[in-house]
Amino acid sequence: MGEEIYQALAGIVGKEYVSNRPEELYFYAHDPGLMEPHQPDYVVMPKTTEEVQKIVKLANEKKIPVVPKGGGLALTGLVIPLRGGILIDLKRMDRILEVNEKSRYVVIEAGVTQGKLKAYLEKYYPHLRHSIPDSPPIATIAGNVLIHGQGRLTQQYGYNSDMVTGFEVVLPTGEVCKIGSCSISPYWISRGPLPDLAGLFLGWFGTTGIVTKLGLKLYPRKKLRDVEIFVVENEELVPDVLFRVTHTEMAEDINIWAQPYPLIFRGNHHITIYITGDTDEELEFKRKMIWDALQDYIKNREGGFMALTPDIKPTFLDMPQKSVTRFADVKRGGGFEYSGPFIPVEKYPQAYRKLVETASKYKTTFSSMARVIGRSHCMMFAFAFPFNRADPDDMERVRKAIHECNEAALKMGAIPWKAEVPLQKMVLEKMDPNTRKLIEGIKKLLDPNGIMNPGNWEWSD
Amino acid sequence: MKEDYLNQIHRCFRCGYCKFPSDFSDWNCPSYRRFRFDTYSTGGRLWLIRAWLNNEISWTEHLAEILYACPTCRNCVEQCPMGFSADITDWIVNARGEMVERGLVLPAIRDFLDNVRKHGNPWGKARSKRGAWTENVGVNKYKPRDEYLFYVGCIASYDERVQEAAKSFARLLNDAGVKFGILGEEEECDGNEVYMLGEKGLFQMLAEKNIKKFKELNVEKVVTFSPHAFNIMKNEYPKLGGNFKVIHYTELLLDLIQKGKIKLSEFKTKITYHDPCFLGRYNKMYDVPREILRSIPGVELVEMSRNRENSFCCGGGSGNFCTDLLGGSEESPNRVRVKEAYNTGAKILAVACPSCMTMLEDGLKEEELEEKITVKDISEIVEASSKK
Repeated sequence: MGEEIYQALAGIVGKEYVSNRPEELYFYAHDPGLMEPHQPDYVVMPKTTEEVQKIVKLANEKKIPVVPKGGGLALTGLVIPLRGGILIDLKRMDRILEVNEKSRYVVIEAGVTQGKLKAYLEKYYPHLRHSIPDSPPIATIAGNVLIHGQGRLTQQYGYNSDMVTGFEVVLPTGEVCKIGSCSISPYWISRGPLPDLAGLFLGWFGTTGIVTKLGLKLYPRKKLRDVEIFVVENEELVPDVLFRVTHTEMAEDINIWAQPYPLIFRGNHHITIYITGDTDEELEFKRKMIWDALQDYIKNREGGFMALTPDIKPTFLDMPQKSVTRFADVKRGGGFEYSGPFIPVEKYPQAYRKLVETASKYKTTFSSMARVIGRSHCMMFAFAFPFNRADPDDMERVRKAIHECNEAALKMGAIPWKAEVPLQKMVLEKMDPNTRKLIEGIKKLLDPNGIMNPGNWEWSD
Repeated sequence: MKEDYLNQIHRCFRCGYCKFPSDFSDWNCPSYRRFRFDTYSTGGRLWLIRAWLNNEISWTEHLAEILYACPTCRNCVEQCPMGFSADITDWIVNARGEMVERGLVLPAIRDFLDNVRKHGNPWGKARSKRGAWTENVGVNKYKPRDEYLFYVGCIASYDERVQEAAKSFARLLNDAGVKFGILGEEEECDGNEVYMLGEKGLFQMLAEKNIKKFKELNVEKVVTFSPHAFNIMKNEYPKLGGNFKVIHYTELLLDLIQKGKIKLSEFKTKITYHDPCFLGRYNKMYDVPREILRSIPGVELVEMSRNRENSFCCGGGSGNFCTDLLGGSEESPNRVRVKEAYNTGAKILAVACPSCMTMLEDGLKEEELEEKITVKDISEIVEASSKK
């Protein structure tokens, strides 16, 4: 059976792009986070939708699990093949197929990375941009939108998944299906006003099909970009500061971060506000509006803008921000993990206090990294802990800390983001039973043989 | 030694920055570009090394292929955002050393090392032929009163195409009145590739032989034709007592041009320059070769999009110019690189490294671009301009 499947896969993608060798199986069994590894039986790297289709048809016929993978940076084990099977590394499908300049969208294959699209737009369409996240540039656009990722334009335009204009998807039974306007038109302009079938794939962690192409909204790229950091000591003030800044509608992106090290940051909440403009006047106008909105706090000495020297600014203006990745080396340990639920903005103080308390309890350091989604409609709050990959005790303590933060977040009314399997089970348990039943029914309808990323979004009494 | 890096190697987060140039426009890790499994990226390699040393996986030929397919081009060192980035190549070299120590090497690597050990060159060619390229060029054996020892290196000594480039350089030196000499059949392999392949015992033997010879001849200044030799003599030989002034040949050429000892006339053409890793990323020498090309009247120097710190390696480092672990595909780095050069519209792809020259020449042939763009060593370009 094993050799037969291997030969069949080699026949589809070519021998060079399939492996059942121990080295690939070892590497693809892991992600950089804290979930236990589990090996696939095969790793395969298709180049075209047709190849993906053939792989899925084969897997469906033989009832072999299939796990699609992009950058593999969710950190929560979503691409760990829990039941073995075929891991499909999609990064060879890396063509940028079309940019519609006037309708501001791009059509790409599923393996296009954040880095590649950024570089491409900067070179060929310097007045257009996409909402790039701070994950490393190897993260794929498709992987990011499919987990409801966020990016630099999320405060203005919502989740990155809201920016999807359409999909081409291989269903678990092997049919290739178009979602959105591309199903009836050559233009990938919109998901509506048709029934919005994108919801059958967004947030499902590859359990309902494999997205092979997608349309993504692009946005104006202003010539100038700058950053201001407003600092308060009292976490209770953060929600109102955000309310005031978002009311101005002048900011591009708003992040909030707090960390105990280096010591100059300890005890502070840093509200990083990005502004953009085509002219100095536009930029200065936006800056003034934001400063004016926070004048009360400055007058009352409850907050103030941090002086940013020219050597510090590039760190914040980096896209993606490399310093986020460096958090993994805080303990010289090569790892970090975070629980990143979407919380109501007013829950920021509670979430922050829980983070500090949990870090102290488990004797570890921490960082909170939050991003405003929409006009403060909610925020992603990351309870983030670095860990030392060479220290099993440290890893276990961080696992427990994450679990405790997940539980606390659920109690706060938060929605877990890219939940790992144990957290998925907690979510399903808490979920309205009819919603859960609907999810189950849809999953069974789309994937009758249960081959797609099994182990995820599964419910059993 | 094993403990030193085993205590650090877990720090790789496998974030993937190492796969890119700084603008993220393409894959810039040669072996990842070639094979596309994450295992062939630096992150993959470091995770596998750790797994092997911790006995989570066993040694296989495939594991060795993954390790030796890295041309140690240092793109990862340049791009990695972590505090340990400068050590990455050393970790890979040390892991190779572990394989060598345990006798677990690929046949191609074993042959490379055996040939160097027995014959002083990776192909097993006769030592007596090492200086044969100098016939009719007017190159003499080094004498104590010579200003420079011209260290030719293995590729320029034996590869017919690269010999032509070495001859150009030698003629330029003669014309400029520079007193220099070579070691001929007494020249020993510089050991850069041996070092990178992890055979540090053999490296030490080679280096000590060279150092002893240089000292016997009272050599003070060494000009190397290869950036690989330049790198190892400049950075590793001093640790073994070999303190000579080592320069790359482009430095000497630029000096001679600036002093008016080499006169350049119009040479109208469009040139793109490929940065050798051991000159660029290893020794931060990006401007000297470009200054030479810019000083030639009529030359239009155009850059490939990946240049200087972000240059895309030809794939020849760590002995791959001989072992060819990255060859055999249109995704091979030398083929990718010549297409990139061709797309600049240049008529000449300028190189300053024998290894790059052979790799890119092969790339041109495989891509059938020989009629459209030619690979020339900087010394050949300078000579062509000086003779007009």
